[in-house]
Amino acid sequence: MSDVVKETAQDAVDIVEDHAADVHEHDVHAGDDHAAHDDHGGHHTSLGLSNTKLAMWLFLGSECLLFGGLISTYMLYRNRTSGDVGPDQLWDIPFTSASSFVLLMSSLTMVLAVSAAGRKDDRNTKLWMGTTAALGGLFLAGQVYEFTTFYREGLGYTDSLFASSFYTLTGFHGAHVAIGIIMLLATVGMLAKGKISGDRAETVEMVGLYWHFVDIVWILIFTLVYLIPA
Amino acid sequence: MTDTTIEHVDTADQSAHDDDHEAHHGPTDAFFIKTAIVLAVITGLEVAASYVELGALFLPILIGLMLIKFFAVVLIFMHVKYDTKIFGQLFYIGLGLAVGVYVVMLLCFQFFLK
Repeated sequence: MSDVVKETAQDAVDIVEDHAADVHEHDVHAGDDHAAHDDHGGHHTSLGLSNTKLAMWLFLGSECLLFGGLISTYMLYRNRTSGDVGPDQLWDIPFTSASSFVLLMSSLTMVLAVSAAGRKDDRNTKLWMGTTAALGGLFLAGQVYEFTTFYREGLGYTDSLFASSFYTLTGFHGAHVAIGIIMLLATVGMLAKGKISGDRAETVEMVGLYWHFVDIVWILIFTLVYLIPA
Repeated sequence: MTDTTIEHVDTADQSAHDDDHEAHHGPTDAFFIKTAIVLAVITGLEVAASYVELGALFLPILIGLMLIKFFAVVLIFMHVKYDTKIFGQLFYIGLGLAVGVYVVMLLCFQFFLK
């Protein structure tokens, strides 16, 4: 009888010891995960995700609504022109296609900057971000040229519903590109001076997300506004 | 534990680590360049389509090419395909609402003003 009790007690002790060992092992792995997370620079949050990144995606989701409203308004008013000044008379498709190509390539240089930042390669990060800003500047210069040409051909901002909705939509997009260029140049400057506290790769990635968003909005505008006839 | 078993476990760990590494860091620069080339070609096709008489196919082709470009940038360049799902979901909620706004606006103008 006593042997049975002893064996049962020993089994219970073994089970408790095994469980304790499992808990310890789990804690060690959790510590490793935490350390790895810290290596990638994110703060430890209740969700286990970067709050900065979460906020940026929420912001981009809300930006979809802004541009959704602007594109919808343009699509509704695209035929409300005055006189002979409408899309068919104004659009210069080869020129706008070249602008679109420039912005598309800026998305490539941006993703290469994010990739370089992930490798902690500051030199190439700055190089690609600078190139992205330059391509963005080229796109913006093209938009200023286009607006000037349209105005000279008789398309004032308040001349028609078409004119107002077109200038508002493309103007808002241009303003986003301008803000993106400022963000890019500011980040390059801060990288050069070593003034980015925390995770550099994540900072570059946030600028990259914003820049790619600007690009995808233009993908929609280029097709819906320029390529599809009114 | 035998040497063979240890080797097997190490290989499995390495494989899992590689998967995790790829999932976190995403594709290579070469893949990004290839994607950009494809996007440039699609843009060329879009422009070419606007100069060719395609009849009823014109609009579906153009919208299809636009959506391919849109989601290629979102999934690959913005890392939605390789990142935590919740980030993409937040974006798609906004996108869905935006499309909803457009559809509701069109319906309003179609049914209530005509």
